[in-house]
Order: sequence, then C-alpha cells, then structure tokens
Amino acid sequence: MRILAVCGMGIGTSVLLKTNTERAIQELGLDADVEIADIGTARGAAMTADVVLTSSELAAELGDMGVPIVVVESFIDGAEIRDKLGAAVTG
Amino acid sequence: MGEASLRQLLPIEAIATGFQVADWRGAIRAAGELLVATGVSTAAYIEQMQDAVEEYGPYIVIAPGLALAHARPSPAVLCTGLSWAGLAAPVTFGHSRNDPVHLIVGLAATDHDGHSAALSRLARMLATPGRLEKLRSADDAERVHTLISEYEEDAT
Repeated sequence: MRILAVCGMGIGTSVLLKTNTERAIQELGLDADVEIADIGTARGAAMTADVVLTSSELAAELGDMGVPIVVVESFIDGAEIRDKLGAAVTG
Repeated sequence: MGEASLRQLLPIEAIATGFQVADWRGAIRAAGELLVATGVSTAAYIEQMQDAVEEYGPYIVIAPGLALAHARPSPAVLCTGLSWAGLAAPVTFGHSRNDPVHLIVGLAATDHDGHSAALSRLARMLATPGRLEKLRSADDAERVHTLISEYEEDAT
C-alpha cells in the first residue's frame, strides 16, 4: 500500500505527518510506504497512491483525488492518525 | 549519525518564550527573528514564511496551539535550522480547529532532505503524550532546551 502525505511545500508539516503516519502503520500492522508531496505535485503523485493524508485546508484545495482523502486535524496526535487511517483502509 | 540532532538544529539561542505579539504575523516574525539572530536565515525569510500562510492558508497550525512556520528553501536560508518562540498570550491564525496558537516552531531548510531526521525526531517528541504540555509550560529557554535534550538522550 502506498500512502501520500500532502502539505503546502513538502518540507515541514508533511515530514511531521510522515513520521507519525509511519508509527500508525506499525501499530495497525499495515504493509505500507509513506511518501511526501507538496500541493503542486500531489495530484500526479496520488495517481499511484491508495490513500492521501492531509490537513482540512489542503483537502479542500485538492478536491476529488480519486482515492480516499484522510483529513488529519493534529499532525502530532498519533491516536487520531492511527484511527482515521485504520478506518480508511479497512472500510 | 551524519544528520544533525534536534539539539544542534535548535540551540538554546534559538529558543525564547514570553513574546508579546499582536497577531499571527507578529508570531511568525518572533520565530523568524530567532532564525535571523542565530544565523540560519536572512530577514527576507520572515516575509517568505508569512507569505506561505497567505498562499496556503493556516494549515501550518499542525496541532492545537502549535504552528510550524516555514517557507520553501530559498537564498534567504543560510543553513538548516529551527527556532522556538513561546508567546505570552495566544494569537489566532484562522485555523478551524487548532487555534489559538501559543507556540511557533520556525523551520528553515536549505533542501528537502537534510533536516528530515531531526524533524522526524521533533514529530515523535511532540507526539509523545504529555510532552507538548510540558514544553508549553516551560517558561524559559533553558527549561525548554533541557526538556528537549532529555528527550533526545532517552530516545537514543
């Protein structure tokens, strides 16, 4: 499985999101890789992704990506990321 | 090793608390001036961080009360580094869930990769239950620095 973490510039918030998503993947026991994209390259990168993780502001900007978009409110809340990602991939 | 530690990227000189600011622009300026003071960026980077919020919205408010101010790598970035600006009173960024903000972490990076290990450590530190609250209630730079150093020692 390929998970895409999207932020505005691809250097700051997405790195934080990637780190805490990788931890969530371990907790969920998923076989998945997390990649980073900025808002400009997200659409192309999402074509080969199974799930997109981003903030509510950027989710509104991205619109329909053709894959589930998980909106994360706190990029440092491991439980939130785990629960939302778990819900998105299982059902 | 090879990659810089959190302590190296965030020296005690780049940490300050008790900033009095009027709004989110002032909050970013506070974090930016610490980057300038520690030789990480030029003053132009402060505006670039403010412009990023204008362009992409307040998504840099990544958690309740916490903003990660940053802009793209640019000539205004002299070396990769972080700053830590605690506010005396919180300000709003217009974020739907995570306002108001009382801590700004400033980030300047020369490229997309060199800082990611330290930033990952920052992410894990902030995600550790109770750690952000502890850091937020630290009322001087030395205390913040000590808490971060303790965390890094435990983690390695």
